[in-house]
Amino acid sequence: MNLAKFKNTFLVVLLSLLVSACATQTQKATKIEGQMQGDVYTGTDTVKYLADGVPDRVFFATNESVLTTKSRDTLRKQAAWLRKNSDINVVLEGHADERGTREYNLALGERRANAAKDYLMTYGISANRISVISYGKERPVDSGSNPLAWSKNRRSVTVKAN
Amino acid sequence: MKNFKIFIYLIILFFPTTSYSLIEVDITRGNLNPLPIAVSPLFSDKESQLNLKKNLDIENLGLEIADVVKDNLKRTGLFNPLDKKAFLQKPNVAHLKPRFEDWSLIKAQALITGKVSLENEKLRVEFRLWDVLAGREMLALAFTTVPKNWRRVGHIITDKVYERLTGEKGYFDTRIIYVSEEGPKIKRIKKLAIMDQDGFNTKYLTLGNELVLTPRFNPTSQMVTYLSYFKNLPRVYLLDIETGVQEVVGDFPGMTFAPRFSPDGKKVIMSFAKDGNSDIYTMDLESRIVERITNHPSIDTSPSYSPNGKFITFNSDRSGYQQIYIMNSDGSGVKRISFGTGLYGTPVWSPRGDLIAFTKLHKGKFYIGVMRTDGKGERLLTENYYQEAPSWSPNGRVLIFYRETKTDDKGEGFSAKLWSIDLTGYNERLVDTETDASDPSWSSLLSN
Repeated sequence: MNLAKFKNTFLVVLLSLLVSACATQTQKATKIEGQMQGDVYTGTDTVKYLADGVPDRVFFATNESVLTTKSRDTLRKQAAWLRKNSDINVVLEGHADERGTREYNLALGERRANAAKDYLMTYGISANRISVISYGKERPVDSGSNPLAWSKNRRSVTVKAN
Repeated sequence: MKNFKIFIYLIILFFPTTSYSLIEVDITRGNLNPLPIAVSPLFSDKESQLNLKKNLDIENLGLEIADVVKDNLKRTGLFNPLDKKAFLQKPNVAHLKPRFEDWSLIKAQALITGKVSLENEKLRVEFRLWDVLAGREMLALAFTTVPKNWRRVGHIITDKVYERLTGEKGYFDTRIIYVSEEGPKIKRIKKLAIMDQDGFNTKYLTLGNELVLTPRFNPTSQMVTYLSYFKNLPRVYLLDIETGVQEVVGDFPGMTFAPRFSPDGKKVIMSFAKDGNSDIYTMDLESRIVERITNHPSIDTSPSYSPNGKFITFNSDRSGYQQIYIMNSDGSGVKRISFGTGLYGTPVWSPRGDLIAFTKLHKGKFYIGVMRTDGKGERLLTENYYQEAPSWSPNGRVLIFYRETKTDDKGEGFSAKLWSIDLTGYNERLVDTETDASDPSWSSLLSN
């Protein structure tokens, strides 16, 4: 075994140690924060389905109305389902968590539902099939006062209107 | 609600002699030495007592009215009403001519006496305020009203006493409109409710069939503007408290919210949300003309006029985060005024014009605070897990707001209550309500 080879093996061992250390770290973080990525909810226990494989809701980060990759994926599924079921109209219900003033949260809920609406429209769903309503922080799904509960409540839910 | 308009006749018995008033209460600081005051039960003769009992089913109305006054004074934190068990002089004798030695012996510095009678089916109440140490009368007034309004008489007496002793208008003959809350946190039932400022005479103005939020009085306190989800369309409404007539404000093709009246009561200012963007609009209630005040792709909400109607303070996230701004009433000259760390919301202009009260979120805590209208001199009055939406007492000395509790791991233990705090940051108090409560709005003084 020459020295270079030894060096390489050493590096590989060191790297794999580092990677596994990172993995443990991430796992721990996920456990502490529950089913969240950043502070966006990624779990499924509040999610209902419009049809098989078509989740009804998308989640947002605190004070944000930006759609995550997962949200866009969900909305594309909704758009596909709506294209197939052209007689169905929907209401997008925008919500905020309890950590904001009531009036600002009404505006924020409206902004979130519209972010979802815009995305459905880019995938071919006509605006007149979509209405939007904001409930601000008035209709939480989880009554907890913790980051996980708040992440479930920051959402836009697509509901059949007819 | 038909007895909303009651006329109280004010007769001045003696003009107060102001030249040598000795007692003064300073309300600009937190008062650590509240003024000892004796509120003697108002007396009534046998015949009146009998008639009043028949009329109102109250055994001793004079005592009840004195208790209204005493409780009001105590809640200000500026007065220390003495226990009536210590009083040496009988109410009827004291009202004619107090033996000042008897009252100074129990350390009273001021004394209120009075008389209650029923004359031609009308309730007549007279009272006197005495300076015990100087041995002089400071104020004497009489009121006539319908017997049912006896609590209001107690509030008006308190207003007069407060004004005489502090030099500022009182805030006792006032009402609070708020949102009554019941049921689990994920399915709250909300109703509009109105009560006297001391928590009595609660009336519910809606049935709870639809979600209602953020009621606010007009300047005469006869109308309310609020947000209702009637037919699941969140819109700003007007409600006439006396007649119960409700109507939607304007014909907006989307959510309108965060309403308030202009100081002359002629306009409603509110936010209108369209395509994810909320801007501020006004509607003239007579001409129905709608004007757009802000036009910015950010959230602009929680507008509140200055008392002279020339400026508007509001809340916007145009800087990236919620901050407080002011502008001219036509929307020109927008200027950010909050620059502290954290998020700022719900700005409300003080009735005196010099301060703006707000809610602040900083490092996971919520604060009620005040700042000058140029944004300087920020003072945080109270910190809690969650509280927001301050509303000023008509004299600008007290703020009422609501506070929510944190739930436990199971999501239990949620409550929402009204609280008040003095501008000094002292005298924080729970305001009694029959149910859980939020979104309080303080009326103007109902009399005078």
